[in-house]
Order: sequence, then C-alpha cells, then structure tokens
Amino acid sequence: MTTPTAVALEDAKVAFRLGDGRVYTAVEKAHLAVAQGEFVAIVGPTGCGKSTLLNVAAGLLKPAAGGVRIFDRPLAGLNRDAGYLFQADALFPWKTALDNVAIGLEIKGTPRTEALPQAQKWLTSVGLGAFAGRYPHMLSGGQRKRVALAQVLIRDPKILLMDEPFGPLDAQTRQVMGNLLLDLWNADRKAVLFVTHDLEEAIALADRVVIMSAGPSSRIIGDWRVSLPRPRDIFEVRLDKEFHALHREIWSVLKDEVMKGYAQSTHAAEAV
Amino acid sequence: MSRPTLFALQVLVAVVCIVLWQVLSTVPVFGKILLPPFFFSNPFDVFSQIVKWFASGVIWKHLGITLAESILAFVIGSLGGVLVGFWFARQPLVAAVFDPYVKMVNALPRVVLAPIFALWLGLGIWSKVALGVTLVFFIVFFNVYQGVKEVSRTVLDNGRMLGMSERQLMQHVYWPSALSWMFSSLHTSVGFAVVGAVVGEYLGSAAGLGYLIQQAEGVFDVAGVFAGMFVLSAFVILIDYGVTLVERRLLVWRPTASDGRG
Repeated sequence: MTTPTAVALEDAKVAFRLGDGRVYTAVEKAHLAVAQGEFVAIVGPTGCGKSTLLNVAAGLLKPAAGGVRIFDRPLAGLNRDAGYLFQADALFPWKTALDNVAIGLEIKGTPRTEALPQAQKWLTSVGLGAFAGRYPHMLSGGQRKRVALAQVLIRDPKILLMDEPFGPLDAQTRQVMGNLLLDLWNADRKAVLFVTHDLEEAIALADRVVIMSAGPSSRIIGDWRVSLPRPRDIFEVRLDKEFHALHREIWSVLKDEVMKGYAQSTHAAEAV
Repeated sequence: MSRPTLFALQVLVAVVCIVLWQVLSTVPVFGKILLPPFFFSNPFDVFSQIVKWFASGVIWKHLGITLAESILAFVIGSLGGVLVGFWFARQPLVAAVFDPYVKMVNALPRVVLAPIFALWLGLGIWSKVALGVTLVFFIVFFNVYQGVKEVSRTVLDNGRMLGMSERQLMQHVYWPSALSWMFSSLHTSVGFAVVGAVVGEYLGSAAGLGYLIQQAEGVFDVAGVFAGMFVLSAFVILIDYGVTLVERRLLVWRPTASDGRG
C-alpha cells in the first residue's frame, strides 16, 4: 500500500472506572486503519462503544491500552488534523450561522474580515447562503447540521470524524444530507470515519463498512469493502443489486449482535 | 382579547380603585367615614403632593440620588458576582471551601446589615450602595456560577475540536454562557438594587426616595407617604422597562418560549 494511513487504531482498549469502583471495558483491542481518502463507516448495535472509539480517534478520550497513530505519528492530546461532527447540537447558540462557521477560521488567527466572506461561501455550498444571519434556534435540525458541517469543513481538516451526525434527523433529510456529504467529500476526498447504527446509510456512503459486536468489551468483528461505483446517489444506490447482496451479507452478521445488544440493554434495565 | 380592550380593562381597575378610595375617604357611609383621612389620606391630596414635588423640582434631586445608588449597587454587585462566580466555577476546590460561608452570608436578612454599613460608610450614598451590592451580588453570583458549570459538554468538546485554546474557550463559550444566565436574572437583580437603595435611605439618610417617605411618615403626613410610594413604583416600572429593552437586544440568540422549535 502506498497511500498513507490517516487514522490507525492499534489494539486500542477503552475502559471507564464506574462509580462503584468496578472497571467497565467498553471496547476491547480495536484494530482499524483508515487510509487517506478512504470513507470508512463503523456500524454496531446501540451501546457497542462505536462513539467511544471515535472519541479515541479524536483524542477526546485516552485509550486504556494500545495506541492511536495519526499519519504515522502517535496521537498525544487532541487530534489537530481532525474535524469532528457531533451527534448532538454543538453549534454555539449565541453566534449566528455565519459567525458559527467563521469561528473555525478565526480561532486559527484569520482576521474576521477574511473569515466572513469564506464562511459565507461555505454556507452557500451547504445550501444556507440566505440564512447567514439566523441564530441556531431559528434553524431546523437539518439546517443546523448543515451549519455544523460548514463549521468543520471550513478548517479543511485532513480527517473527518462523524458521530451519527444525521441520527436526529428524519429519514428524508438524512438522505439529502448524505448526498450533500458525498458531494462535498468528492471534491477533495478526506479520510472519513463515520459512525452510524444504520447499515443502509453505511453501505450507501462508505468505501468500507466495519461491524462491531455488542458491548461491553465489544470488538471489531467484520470488515467489508463496498465497491459500488462513485460518484453515488444515495437514492439510486439503494436500488442496486450489489447493494442488496452486500446488505444481506453484512446483516446476517450484524443481526445477532443487534439481538445481543438489545437483550443486554433490557437486562441492564431490569437489573436497575 | 384585543390590545385596546385589554388596556381599557387595565385602566378601569385603576379608576375603580381610585374612585372607591376617594369616595370612602370623603363621603360618610351610614354616618361613618370608612377610610379616615388621617390614616388613608385621599387620592386628591396624594396627587397634589406629587404635582407639588414635580412642580417645585425637589423630587428630581431625590430621584437622582436613588437612581445613582441603584446603578452603583447594580454595577458593583454584578461585577463582583461575575468575577467570583467565574472563579468558583472554574476552581471547584475554592467553591467547596467557601460553600458554607457563602450560604451563611446569603441566609442573613440583608436589612440587619444596614446599621453596620451606616456606621462604616456614613449616611451618604455609599452605605446604601453597599446594602444594594450585598443583594445584587448573590443573585448574579449564583447565576453566573450555574451558567459556567452548565455549559453543554458537546459545545465545549466542539470548541476544543475546532482548536480553541483555554483562553478562546473562555471568550467564545464560558463567557457568553455565563452572561446569558446573568441577563436572565437582570430583572431580579435590578429590582434588588433599587430595594437596597430605598431601604438604606429609609433607615438613615439625608436624600432619596426612601428618605422622602421616611420624612413624611415622621410627621404623620400620610399623603406624603403614599405619594412617595407611587413615585417609587413608577420609577421601578420605568427602570424595568429599560431592562426589558436591553435584554431584547442582548438575548436575540435565545429561543423564546413561544418559539416551539427550542
């Protein structure tokens, strides 16, 4: 392989100390490499620690064992090469859409007069050119995600980390956002690590789909290459025969884990 | 209900109350005046007292003093509250150590401090400012403390991932969050600043609305007491309106309750 590895998780283990002193192992020995320009989706049942793994790649969490390498350098502290798209609303509520996008540049020391026109350009490219003066609470959930996407992309990070970014949106908006993401990604092909619980979304978007087992101590249990041609249209690709074959194949593995995860979460609820 | 109807009804309440007051304090009912003028005065006397104050211009000096005391109490108390609130929220150890003392001081009815402040700072405006500060400080302090502590985890993480330094987090995340909490208590804290000033004046001073009321009371001039009260409430309503205007300007980014989208 000649393409450099953007993100490498090397037997990363994530554990938390619980309130009563016991140690809860969320993820066990995760080994995963994302090449430059590669779009990798992580799929797993609820509570399998896939978001945790993303936080490790972001440097927000330190692995209990193993390591993280970003472009072949060990990661210490926050991952400065990565942009992070959160599942929950992460915009600054006291800033307008335009200021929310511009802040990404202003932090780096770009003068405001330069940052604002660029922010306006990015807002336009996510389809919100006319909403620059709105505050986050005046935007719909989908529009807020668009602003968040512009906020992350304006910094031109080499790596994109996405934590179920379209999770809170309705089905139609998700597909529209998926296409928007693919369009923007196609322009310069950053390395993407995309966490979702939606297998269809994962196959439609990604080059590789990675499956995690149900938690606790979840592991990576499968890795499929998606060879559907690009550029893709999310609406179209779902009708493809190859899409269906792949979906059936991955689902046969994922299904057991989903049932296990579901059983565990109900047991846990009963125990409480 | 349309706005004019509502307004008409609101005015009606005032008219009924004033007419009742005037009638009951001047016209005998079954040979007896129900509101003896000595205790209740009457609206006409109260009104002429107010007119006399404004016509002669004496009231402006007193209003000016009370306003100055309120503003000083508000500014100093808010500043202190913001600084200490920030400090405590960012240093949990300091907050934990001082916690019982903060609670103790806050539990104290502030009126009992007035004689001490008069003793320390004299009968001029500063003893009243000090009393107002003790009231304003705690409201602002608790709100800012809460505001800084309850910054959304996701928004903070987002700031960090966007590359913010601690200083930038302060400027773009903690500070606006704390300020928004402070502004949400603006009405209360401004109100308390006025209370501190007036109570301080009432307990010992040479000028201000509280002084005016206390003087009238001292000579059993009930009309003067009521006149002072009316001027005082009009004063507070005007200030409160000003606060509403400021608030609307500063908190445009906040969803209002009727917004639905939250």
